[in-house]
Amino acid sequence: MTVKELAKILGATTVAESDFEREINGGYAGDLLSFVMGRAMPDCAWYTIMTNVNVCAVATLTDCAVVVICEDCTPDEMLVARAKSQGINVIATSLDMHSAIALVAKNC
Amino acid sequence: MQHIHLEYDVDGNNFVSAGQATENVKFCLKGLGINPQMIRRIAIAMYEGEINMVIHANGGKAIADIYMDKIVVQLVDTGEGIADINQAMQPGFSTATEDVRSLGFGAGMGLPNMRKYTDEFEIESTVGVGTHITMTVKF
Repeated sequence: MTVKELAKILGATTVAESDFEREINGGYAGDLLSFVMGRAMPDCAWYTIMTNVNVCAVATLTDCAVVVICEDCTPDEMLVARAKSQGINVIATSLDMHSAIALVAKNC
Repeated sequence: MQHIHLEYDVDGNNFVSAGQATENVKFCLKGLGINPQMIRRIAIAMYEGEINMVIHANGGKAIADIYMDKIVVQLVDTGEGIADINQAMQPGFSTATEDVRSLGFGAGMGLPNMRKYTDEFEIESTVGVGTHITMTVKF
């Protein structure tokens, strides 16, 4: 599944677009950045409600395919700017993490 | 032996710029064609270290020495130091404030992650003097 396809399934809005044709392989859900850093695998979709700029550092470290900001959380302006400059895909959805992932599973 | 020596000041109390040193080192390793898995390991460890210095030590120095077969990263601060290193190394133990936790840090996984993702990990700390961490990832 590509980032574009995931965004469509989740009815997500675009926060920062770098390469929405990028293929997603797996997923990880979590907000504690140390856990995410250690466990989210490259090319995954990372589901979180974190909205600060450090999300970008973790997204880059893990080389995730896309950050999915859940529950209508509004990303900081700094996150948006950093994601754009660093080429990180970020989308946002009104769904909570569980509902988002369940929906993705249904559509896989 | 020839090697690359990099030094960075890590700005204390600045979560926005935290990770800059790690980013630079990562970029350098990428350019050298180092295995991405190894880059990931040292980058995670180094980022955790940078964040720790921001949270606990009002900043410090991050020093990276890249050799043919390994990278050695030192994190040096003059913060308050760690009274009980064994306790600090326990996964889940944290003295971070609520503010720090709300940013997604302070899970008590920083030092354990640094040890987990590196081949060699040494920590020296003196209360009131500071902390010196040396970690190595072999390529």
